[in-house]
Amino acid sequence: MDHYKQSHLKQLEAESIFIMREVVAELKNPVMLYSVGKDSSVMLRLAQKAFYPDKLPFPLMHIDTGYKFPEMYEFRDKHVKKIGADLIVERNEEWIKKNAHPTYLGNDKCCYYLKTMGLLNAIEKHGFDAAFGGARREEEKSRAKERVFSVRDKHGQWDPKNQRPELWQLYNTIIDQKETIRVFPLSNWTEVDIWEYIKLEQIPVVPLYFSKERKVIIRDNVIIPFYSAETVDPENKLNIKNSQVETMMCRFRTLGCIPCTGAVRSDAKTIDDIIREVREAKKSERENRLIDLTSDSAMEQKKKEGYF
Amino acid sequence: MEKSLLRFVTSGSVDDGKSTLIGRLLYETNCIFEDQYEAVKKTSKKTGKKEVDLSLLLDGLSAEREQKITIDVAYRYFSTAKRKFIIADSPGHEQYTRNMVTGASNSQLAIILIDARNGILTQSKRHGFLISLLQIPHLIVAVNKMDLVDYSQEVFEKISDEYLTFSEKLDIHDIIFIPISALKGDNVVSVSSNMKWYDGKSLLQILEDVHVTADRNLIDFRFPVQYVLRPHQDFRGYAGTLTSGTISPDEEVLILPSGKTSVIKSIVADNKELKEAYAGQAIVLTLKDNLDVSRGDMIVRKNNLPHINDFFDAMLCWMSEIPLSGSKHYLLKHTTQTVKVYIKKIHYKININTLHRQKTTDLTLNEIGRVEIKTAKPLFFDAYKANHGTGSFILIDPLTNHTAAAGMIREIPHTVSEWKRSMPLAISHHEKNLRWEAGNIPLSIWEEHNGHKAGIIWLTGLSGSGKSTLAKHLVKELFERGCQVMYLDGDNIRQGLNNDLGFSQADRTENIRRIGETAKLFFSQGNIVICAFISPFQKDRDFVRSLVPKDRFIELYMKCDIEVCKERDPKGLYKKAYAGEIPDFTGVSSPYEAPAEPEIAIETDVKGIQENLSLVLDYLVKQQFIE
Repeated sequence: MDHYKQSHLKQLEAESIFIMREVVAELKNPVMLYSVGKDSSVMLRLAQKAFYPDKLPFPLMHIDTGYKFPEMYEFRDKHVKKIGADLIVERNEEWIKKNAHPTYLGNDKCCYYLKTMGLLNAIEKHGFDAAFGGARREEEKSRAKERVFSVRDKHGQWDPKNQRPELWQLYNTIIDQKETIRVFPLSNWTEVDIWEYIKLEQIPVVPLYFSKERKVIIRDNVIIPFYSAETVDPENKLNIKNSQVETMMCRFRTLGCIPCTGAVRSDAKTIDDIIREVREAKKSERENRLIDLTSDSAMEQKKKEGYF
Repeated sequence: MEKSLLRFVTSGSVDDGKSTLIGRLLYETNCIFEDQYEAVKKTSKKTGKKEVDLSLLLDGLSAEREQKITIDVAYRYFSTAKRKFIIADSPGHEQYTRNMVTGASNSQLAIILIDARNGILTQSKRHGFLISLLQIPHLIVAVNKMDLVDYSQEVFEKISDEYLTFSEKLDIHDIIFIPISALKGDNVVSVSSNMKWYDGKSLLQILEDVHVTADRNLIDFRFPVQYVLRPHQDFRGYAGTLTSGTISPDEEVLILPSGKTSVIKSIVADNKELKEAYAGQAIVLTLKDNLDVSRGDMIVRKNNLPHINDFFDAMLCWMSEIPLSGSKHYLLKHTTQTVKVYIKKIHYKININTLHRQKTTDLTLNEIGRVEIKTAKPLFFDAYKANHGTGSFILIDPLTNHTAAAGMIREIPHTVSEWKRSMPLAISHHEKNLRWEAGNIPLSIWEEHNGHKAGIIWLTGLSGSGKSTLAKHLVKELFERGCQVMYLDGDNIRQGLNNDLGFSQADRTENIRRIGETAKLFFSQGNIVICAFISPFQKDRDFVRSLVPKDRFIELYMKCDIEVCKERDPKGLYKKAYAGEIPDFTGVSSPYEAPAEPEIAIETDVKGIQENLSLVLDYLVKQQFIE
């Protein structure tokens, strides 16, 4: 019998592939949200597997805020070209022009205009009826209650109290016009699973995940990467002094916009180091994501508004 | 070492310590992080609690924290060196049935918590019923709060015994009892020294060790086509996940509903080709022939077909605020197809507290009932019990698009009248150029489907000659070899079908005639029918012989000295017969005509049961009934 035993990674892989195929078979115009992070990398690799030897039957879409790390843009363009995928980049130009910035607008508002609005506008513009996201239930407590197929109303909003029960592998994908579905094929993966799979499949990831000496400043106990005073404080309102900038061995456990992504002190230079570090971690993955920390239900609120 | 995966559901209600238990499992396996723990500690303090309230960690939605209740199933993750675990944590009060069924549908194991102080409550039984309904293979009954009953062995055993007695009414095969204290950690991760009388494993050890590979159906190959891949003209692949069974290249397969056959050319998984695929793997199949196969079709083995019907009975768990009544048209999603259906009839609903059936005209939220469903086109299915993947479905309300019910297809009725009532279905069998309809399937097709010849094995002999014993061994042996086998004996026939008959010569003849006709019906639908009856008269036995083709009736003479039979006298009948309490008793006050030319004669007073069994099996192999 053990001959027919699937490892946990292979079971997770099969589940994710099943979900992706179900979406492509039952919905008209799906898109895969691609944020360039490790989860997106795994999701993309799984999509390639689900449809091999065909090419991806949907485009990738990056909702760009303009505040991502330069390493992320570089990686994105190289990687997408290499695997031959179609990439759509969408930005909420209106608010980018207005200089929306977390330091002045506040995290919640900045996220709302640049990410949530950016996403909702893009979905409407292209007429997508389903969008894959790389969110995992383990990441955050409101996500633990999220469905794999999450129906959103015509404004892209999530109603946590009115979710469809999900039974067996029988996903109900029927929606009305203007409604959309967010689909989370990585729902049951954990951070360790993601890294173990990256190792197993030798999936390329942005080098920011690996530790090296980086320039940072420390604000409210969070280690913020310091690329230039420009990125953190473009209008120089905070009066950051050069003496505040220090150098330390650190890496990023999650990637987002530069001003809102905290680094962690770490010596993990290889994937094995990272797996070891994550297994022994005493802090959760998103502890340094400023956008989660604004209140006890920050993420739930964002999701209700249409965030993924 | 590669880790395996175990999905389990925890059920319990307010104050039984479920959150504490989950919190402890996560905490002890290092799956709660300091920042999360600190946040919970802060909130616990704010609400004036002495101990850290781990349940706060589990309530994800703001409404849940505000109302201090859990609304929805939440998924939790932890892992050890051996296994990754996914917990479906279903709340105990509101929407209980709906949440529990949702959480249980993908679980391989369930944990029921019972408060040692309160013992078994109605809801502990309700949980057991749902676990049995959903056919979760393993159940752990954790008797919690043992610290509050002085770790008493007596309390634990009383609860265990009582629950075990109750569970006999259910369909649960593997049940483990464990005394724990989630709060103090006794027997949760390691075995506690507070309960030296308990000689089992800790809860975590059980979760790590429980063997789940065998729970999957690896026999019946079922491949619902999920998506067709056509990257270029030279490649046509069928993407999907094996619901059950295994498959290899060069195996012959049949496609439903077209009935066309082909051969597996290759099994593609990413850029690799597999030599074999098994249940649970997501793959792409290519066929040697260029056939028209699309999503919703099912690829199966020619000799192992699912049921193909547009009519079946199912258990429904109703999940919608809008009850099942009035308009009864729904969409039904089963494997990879969605069809229109009509609920013809609600047989009954089950009171899940008493397990009693009640007549009803509707099903409301959280109710469970048995219904008759008619589909707009045939489905390819198995009974849920035999195959969760091809036996489960959901109903979707076409007005709201909401998932209205979870359904489990019941085993197909075996009585002839119900079989005839089933809807006709036509699938063509191209090779033999035959068409058939349900209720009119030729014997040869049954035999091909079953993989063995049908026949009647007729055991005759005196009371006490060992007919039932041999017959039961034979039934078990054939069943284990995968044969369709039917067993008829004096006990099951005389109490029901023939309870109007006595033991006069005329009644005995009528008795055998009815049995013969019954056996013939089962025979004509492909069964090996094993009949164990004294049947003392040659002409009665010859009548049965005349009902089926010549080489399909096997008369098996159980030869045994009457003195030995008297001595065995398993039912005390000889004693009564000699005392004159039973008139017309064969061998005592009524004659027995030994078969003149039996196919097999066995001297049961000389040889043992195993020897006799192999004698019969050898005969069946020699005559090519079985392989």
